[in-house]
Amino acid sequence: MDFSRRRIGAAAALAMAGALLAGCGGGGSSTDPDRGKGAKSFSLTITRNAIEGGKNTEEAEWITTKVIPAFVAAQKAEGVTAKVTFRGQGVDDEAYKTKLALDLKSRSGADIMDVDGIWVGEFAQAGYIKPLTDVVGAPADAWDGWTKIPGSVQKLATFEGKRYGVPPATDGRVLFFNKKLFARAGLPADWQPKTWPDIIAAARALKKLPGVTPVQLNAGTAMGEATTMQGFLPLLAGAGAEIYADGKWTGGGPAVQQVLGLYAQIYGGEGLGDPKLQQEAKGRDKSFEEFAAGKIGILAEGDYFWRDVINPRTGVAKMPSRDRDVGYALIPAAAPGRGVRGQDFVSMSGGSVTVLNPNTKYPQQAFELLAFMNSPEMVKARTAGTPELTSRTDVNKEILAGDPFLTFVSEKVLPVTSYRPGLAVYPQVSTALQEATAAVVSGKSPRQAAAEYTKKLEGAVGGAANVTPR
Amino acid sequence: MAPPTSPRAEAAPPRAASPRAASFGEDAAGLGRARAAAFTAPALILVAVFLVFPALWTLYLGTTDYRLTGIAASDPRFVGADNYRDVLGDGEFHRSLWLTLQFVVGSAVVGQTLLGFAIAWVMRDRSGPVRRLVEGLVLLAWILPSSVIAFLWIALLDRDGGTLNALLGTPGTAWLLDHPMACVVVFNVWRGTAFSMMLYGAALGNVPPSHLETARLAGASTWQTLRDAVLPRIRGHVLTSLLLVSLWTFNDFTPFLITAGGPDGRSEIMSVYVYRTALGDGRLGFGAAISLLMILINLVIALVYLRVLRSRRAPGNAGEAAA
Repeated sequence: MDFSRRRIGAAAALAMAGALLAGCGGGGSSTDPDRGKGAKSFSLTITRNAIEGGKNTEEAEWITTKVIPAFVAAQKAEGVTAKVTFRGQGVDDEAYKTKLALDLKSRSGADIMDVDGIWVGEFAQAGYIKPLTDVVGAPADAWDGWTKIPGSVQKLATFEGKRYGVPPATDGRVLFFNKKLFARAGLPADWQPKTWPDIIAAARALKKLPGVTPVQLNAGTAMGEATTMQGFLPLLAGAGAEIYADGKWTGGGPAVQQVLGLYAQIYGGEGLGDPKLQQEAKGRDKSFEEFAAGKIGILAEGDYFWRDVINPRTGVAKMPSRDRDVGYALIPAAAPGRGVRGQDFVSMSGGSVTVLNPNTKYPQQAFELLAFMNSPEMVKARTAGTPELTSRTDVNKEILAGDPFLTFVSEKVLPVTSYRPGLAVYPQVSTALQEATAAVVSGKSPRQAAAEYTKKLEGAVGGAANVTPR
Repeated sequence: MAPPTSPRAEAAPPRAASPRAASFGEDAAGLGRARAAAFTAPALILVAVFLVFPALWTLYLGTTDYRLTGIAASDPRFVGADNYRDVLGDGEFHRSLWLTLQFVVGSAVVGQTLLGFAIAWVMRDRSGPVRRLVEGLVLLAWILPSSVIAFLWIALLDRDGGTLNALLGTPGTAWLLDHPMACVVVFNVWRGTAFSMMLYGAALGNVPPSHLETARLAGASTWQTLRDAVLPRIRGHVLTSLLLVSLWTFNDFTPFLITAGGPDGRSEIMSVYVYRTALGDGRLGFGAAISLLMILINLVIALVYLRVLRSRRAPGNAGEAAA
């Protein structure tokens, strides 16, 4: 490297350092909702954990080929030049969350972003996102879409009574099963377990088939939130408890021990599940592939699995015979009437929320685009290839009619579903639950794992005063 | 790196830093105080902005309950030494420290050093295609991007359809799950041996051939030759290599790409542990406290090596020039 080039490098680095220091001073950006209003040209960016040719490719394609061109054309008709770019991501949800949080913290990042509904509370508490009314002003409440989105779904985007964004869709969790394997094991094609022992009985029948893992119930830390959402929490609801109720977190009492007991039964001596799969870094993706290849009998997953994972056309683990070979059933309570709120069947729901970056230069235009993305036409375009449970009742009426699976989810699952608490310590609680399942899978007794969980929980949520010994 | 091309750089006479100049406060470069200050200012500012300030900031963060999200993100509270107390009492921290120790001793101190030296020793008076091929392969392991390498190793060690199981005829053996630490150690030896090999290759050039010849004529075994003729000459290089490799290994994050710290934290070395607590759980204050402990451990390692190096410095040794 020669001297002059080095000097240029140093100068550039100095300039960068100067810029960095200036950035550290951080005068808060303007919070006037009308800033940038009426601009003749503006630019916006959209980001979400979707990328063309990879994770959630359909969503990414919908944004780049439908939303952006239509929005730009509509703006052009009004004499405004809009430039909208999509910044795709295709990473693990935890990594995506970290990236967003750091972006928002440094007052940068995309103008419109998707967050998991469970993050709304912690992002709001941190001041990363603000209520729509604060960011946009009156237009936020005047949007006609709110009348089409049920209150329970709006709750996904609500924290402490304020709306932070628009939930585009919601989901539910069910038991998927492979009818072909069921037939070989002498089990019915319209299987619907009513108790946990029913699931174990079916698993024992499947165990007789060579090379088949009877049940895949997500466990362990490698699966991350999938363990909590697809595994532990639906079962906890089935044991009659919620993880957070009346301002207290549920400790390692009888309900938690009962759930861990089921884990022990599945991953213990009988080998009804594959414990190794729960430990592999890419275990969840592998479980998808194995189910698609007909090597797993029963799998607890969200409807996302049906729509995006084993979808014969666009899935990441395509299963050409999906419609013929894959059955689905409600997740039963431990025994009829023993579930949360006295239910016979249970489920968990979540979903993403599209929020605005409070630091956007063009809040009005950003909200216009957000509303446009959630207009009936665009929602229909989004679900044209793969129907899903959209948040809009008017659209659902049209698109679910021809889809027995989603009709099942919307009519049977959503009425019995529960939601997670959107609080900042939840991720730590979730980790503690994952570790408890991991402990049981690797051979610890449910009682011991529950006791360790209680200890971790108390450390995470600020002492035993905030924990119920339920 | 391009060779220096500016005439001034070439014309600059090679200067040995004379200890007298420093002690008598002479101005060796003849710049004068102001010019010298101006000359070093850019570097000092860079160091201040990118090293000193973040370090102090980390020190401060370590005394708060600062988090990535939630109330503690907007309004962190001062918790004093609580984080440090929690870290030192945290079983996961102890486990991670122990695993890191295994990782450093196994892959850096023993693995890379011995293998690197062995290759350098065997190749010392060879030349031609064999040497070029061996060195090329070893270097390749070192310079390929981590993400690519990690993918290859996962493919090698995978439970179903992994190359290793196909070679050994042991289908279904989950190497990464049954022996995560061993896998990571072997991986890191394979990955990092190149550095030690090159350093020792250069160091062995320092051993006068006449010494080796004399040892051979006196009927010394290989071991005796290494001990009495070679080692005294390359002691400085050995320590330099050990110091650098230990520090690099201690802070290495690459194993995360292969095992993600799993299964159940059985390969969660220190860097992975910090990453998971600070960013995974969002406990940035807690993470900062661990980072500070890591810095202290690094310092201890460096001090131990330097102490040994200083007391054993053979005269005329260019050991630290490699750094």
